[in-house]
Amino acid sequence: MQTFLQLVINGLMLGGLFAIISIGLTLIFGIIRLVNFAHGELLMVGMYLTWIGTSQLGLHPYVLAPPVVLVLFVIGVLIQRFILQPLLDARDAHVQIFATVGLSTALINLALLVFGADLYATPAPGVREAIHFGPFRVLIGQLVMFGCGIAVVVALHLFLERSYLGRAIRATAQHRAAAQLMGVDVRRIYIVTFGIGAACVGLAAVLVAPLYPTSPTVGTYFVLTAFVVVVLGGMGSLHGAFVGALLIGLVDSLSAYYIAPDLKEVVIFGLFLLVLLVRPTGLFGLGRGSE
Amino acid sequence: MLTLHEVQAGYGRTTILHGISAEVRAGEVVTIVGANGAGKTTTLRSIAGLVRPTAGRITFEGEEIGRMQPHEVVARGITLIPEGRQLFPFMSVRDNLRMGAYTPAARARMQETLEEVLDLFPRLRERLDQYGGSLSGGEQQMVAIARGLMARPKLLMFDEPSLGLAPIIVRQVFDVVERIASTGVTVLIVEQNVFRTLSIADRGYVLENGAIVMSDTGAALLRDDHVRRAYLGI
Repeated sequence: MQTFLQLVINGLMLGGLFAIISIGLTLIFGIIRLVNFAHGELLMVGMYLTWIGTSQLGLHPYVLAPPVVLVLFVIGVLIQRFILQPLLDARDAHVQIFATVGLSTALINLALLVFGADLYATPAPGVREAIHFGPFRVLIGQLVMFGCGIAVVVALHLFLERSYLGRAIRATAQHRAAAQLMGVDVRRIYIVTFGIGAACVGLAAVLVAPLYPTSPTVGTYFVLTAFVVVVLGGMGSLHGAFVGALLIGLVDSLSAYYIAPDLKEVVIFGLFLLVLLVRPTGLFGLGRGSE
Repeated sequence: MLTLHEVQAGYGRTTILHGISAEVRAGEVVTIVGANGAGKTTTLRSIAGLVRPTAGRITFEGEEIGRMQPHEVVARGITLIPEGRQLFPFMSVRDNLRMGAYTPAARARMQETLEEVLDLFPRLRERLDQYGGSLSGGEQQMVAIARGLMARPKLLMFDEPSLGLAPIIVRQVFDVVERIASTGVTVLIVEQNVFRTLSIADRGYVLENGAIVMSDTGAALLRDDHVRRAYLGI
């Protein structure tokens, strides 16, 4: 029983990791209707920034959260404004998706050029220490990540529900043409949304870096699970992504122990296919497009 | 107030409007009538900035607006209530109305406007917390009109407001349009219900195949033989 509970705790903590990586992805999908294949590479950029700040400037990674989040927001704004927006009126909407694939490849190779293929460990005093709750243990870094995941979902939810800008963002997602008629500058909404999505993954990078080594392809490793989480939760649903992430974390942790570590991906993707068969729109999907 | 001068517009390579000229003066109710596909909706969309004219000029209060983005047009005081309601389906009626007052000028007076609009549509008061998508067609049309009023427009444009509604609701819609006009808002309305529209309009334009073929007062057009044959089936 004790082993089981520890595995559940580990699974939830892993879920917290998946959640914080997936939030930006599901936000961008939900609002801009764009599958951002460069999402993992934005994570990678954030992790390198964190590594530079800690190893070269001697700062604690958590102190780096504000600047990294800000830099990623700006990067996101620039990507939407100068790469994706010019393609907004392209004849085929898929052109934008291919642009993100190209961006992903370019960023990976840029990282290879600058940093080489080596793995870098981000120094982070205290983050990898365990705290004990009776017989159970969690890493401080995991607990922080879990807490931040919840905080980000709640903060984004309040922002989207309560603020004028947030309402305009939801309106644009639900009916782009009608939002324009209300006086909403839709292109600006997309720029802000992409910026926020990138900023979320910047926060994820700061939290992930102390726990996993940084490399040019680190994003590819995480983002596949993030895609599963986003689809499982119902594409574009924030709390859906969070619940989906916890579910994947639990399945990962439990199947690795009770079935076999090598087979956990089989179980995860098997479950994923099953959910899609039964509920093609995901657990919290609305089941229809808004336009 | 609003002047269209030789406006041409279309979609892709298809030209819909072949150079139309029209005018709306402050305080008027003006209508554009015509058959399906004549270019009525394209005319309104060109004014709203959703379709970019390929030639000609559109001026509003002396300012050229034909090259503006939709949000810039809204900020000048022109609001379009689109065909088919186009509410935000997963937003409450209250949030739909709040979205109507998105421009800074409208936002500053939102609370006051909301009360005025709810006095005009008392039924909506009970519906404020329901999703826009959950209402009946008639109620959705009322929300769409109310949402348009939230912007405090100088010129309010209606695109087929009675489309798909029951006759009793249609009468209410026209009552509302008349009441809005009586408060001093200038109205430009496009309708398939030619008889009712001409009855409430000060002036009307008849649009056929992307060209204005006739213009006169609403009453005169109602008496015109061509209009009676082509649009009123008399």
